[in-house]
Amino acid sequence: MSKLSKSNVPEADLETIAGIALGNAEAIAGLYSDYFPMILNMVVQNNGTEEEAKDVFQEAVIVLFDRIKRGNFELSSKLKTYIYSVCRRLWLKQLGYQGRAFHDISSYEETIPVEEDLVQHLEKDMHLSLMEEALDKLGEPCRSIIQDFYILNLSMQEICEKFGYTNADNAKTQKYKCLQRLKKLFFTAKSNSKKVIESNGE
Amino acid sequence: MDKMNEQEFMTLADGYLRNELNDSEREAFEKYCEENTDAAEQLATHQFFLQQLKDHTDRAALKNTLASVATKYHASGVSLTNKRHEPFVVTLWNKFKINSLVAASVAIVAVFSTLWLSGYYKTIEKTSSNYSALRRDMNTVKKNVNAQNAVIRNINNEQRKGNPAEGHFGATGFVVSANGYVLTNYHVVKGADSVHLQNTKGESFRANVVYIDPTNDLAMLYISDSTFKMLKAAPYTFKEAASDIGEDVFTIGFPRDEVVYGQGYLSSRTGYAGDTTAYQISIPVNPGNSGGPLLDSKGHVIGIISGKQTGIDGASFAIKTEALLKSISAIPTDSLDNKLIINKKNMLNGLGRTEQVKRIQDYVYMVRVF
Repeated sequence: MSKLSKSNVPEADLETIAGIALGNAEAIAGLYSDYFPMILNMVVQNNGTEEEAKDVFQEAVIVLFDRIKRGNFELSSKLKTYIYSVCRRLWLKQLGYQGRAFHDISSYEETIPVEEDLVQHLEKDMHLSLMEEALDKLGEPCRSIIQDFYILNLSMQEICEKFGYTNADNAKTQKYKCLQRLKKLFFTAKSNSKKVIESNGE
Repeated sequence: MDKMNEQEFMTLADGYLRNELNDSEREAFEKYCEENTDAAEQLATHQFFLQQLKDHTDRAALKNTLASVATKYHASGVSLTNKRHEPFVVTLWNKFKINSLVAASVAIVAVFSTLWLSGYYKTIEKTSSNYSALRRDMNTVKKNVNAQNAVIRNINNEQRKGNPAEGHFGATGFVVSANGYVLTNYHVVKGADSVHLQNTKGESFRANVVYIDPTNDLAMLYISDSTFKMLKAAPYTFKEAASDIGEDVFTIGFPRDEVVYGQGYLSSRTGYAGDTTAYQISIPVNPGNSGGPLLDSKGHVIGIISGKQTGIDGASFAIKTEALLKSISAIPTDSLDNKLIINKKNMLNGLGRTEQVKRIQDYVYMVRVF
């Protein structure tokens, strides 16, 4: 484990992480040029195709992004090791689903345990897909109103003008109704999916 | 502060979360939340919900960026320059390694099980063994063809006479007990439908197999025919002690339809492949001699002819009397109709060979197996 000491974390990795936290395209491009060939190699060596390697890598970047967003991300090893571990885990899992074999059990790169991060990633993925569904069901113009108010931080006055409501109060009521509907959609779906998971667990 | 309705509360909460409230409003709102646990919970849920909403947007943005970066990256073809180029065959092999291994093992199992099922190994065993049992095959093929021709000739007359089934095999047997017990080889009666015994006078009796001992290659027959009259006690006795090499021995048997005398000497104390329950003898024996008695010059039965080694001249084998008696004594007595009486009185000692053979031949039968 001595290899994982902090001195082994290069300055460049920290910069990359900061870039990714902002969703910086350059930082992501850097990730690709630095690490994708390694992952491509691993996947192709183990029964995979280039397309599958691309998917695995993309998911790994999302995992990394989530991890950084969640805060208190302290890189205990090289970023390379983290990405490799995540990709390896993801690929193993996919192979497991398809019943294909993974030959290279003794990996040729060192790995660190990333199961915890992946579990959280899965949970988050589920929430996000629920949200996506809820938003889709909500429909227009509710979706736009919610988006404008909560994400783009527009004021009620601006929304009122944009959507042509007669006064801000009307817009407010409309927004409130939309929000309540969206919330209902989201939380119902969430409790349903929980039930499914629990009943599957039994 | 009074209880707010939900819409008012939400408006305030939004303002609070967006930092749009002035200080007094903020304080009032915080106080309200402290006082109402419901409200606090609602605020937390709202916050969580908004977080999900933001995450969703962030994720969508990230995915967009990712997709564009990935497309750009893959389009530049960097991956291909870094990727190790393997020959087509190697990629194929890597892909189908497991499949081909499985196929290979299935093929191996299939080949050997087929060989085993088709009796290939039994044939090998048979061909690699030089031991040949001496039962006589009665030219079945020729006879079948003749019979068939006869049937064809008679087909118009519809006079199909009861075509007497011909014996498939012939061998020899000899009397152990004068009340009708005859000993022969197990390989003679193996798979027999019925067994008939024919003596030198040409009389034929039906017999039952009452006991078999496949390990020693012995079978006990009992003459169940009503025409059979009990014989006088057999003239020979059984000699249990081992005989010596060089001893003068003789046998009589039915290698053809007539009784045939054969003479030779005992050449080894062990039989085929070191079998200690048998002797090697040097007597010209032929198919049909199986089951014949092997006697020494004094008229003691010292064995029963069982087989010979193919490819070697004068190497015939006889099962020792010791093994024979042991096997006979293992017959459960209640499985026999009559008591098995083994003769103890030798009437051949001192007689000339021709006289000995003359007396013995009444007690030697041709065994016909159908």
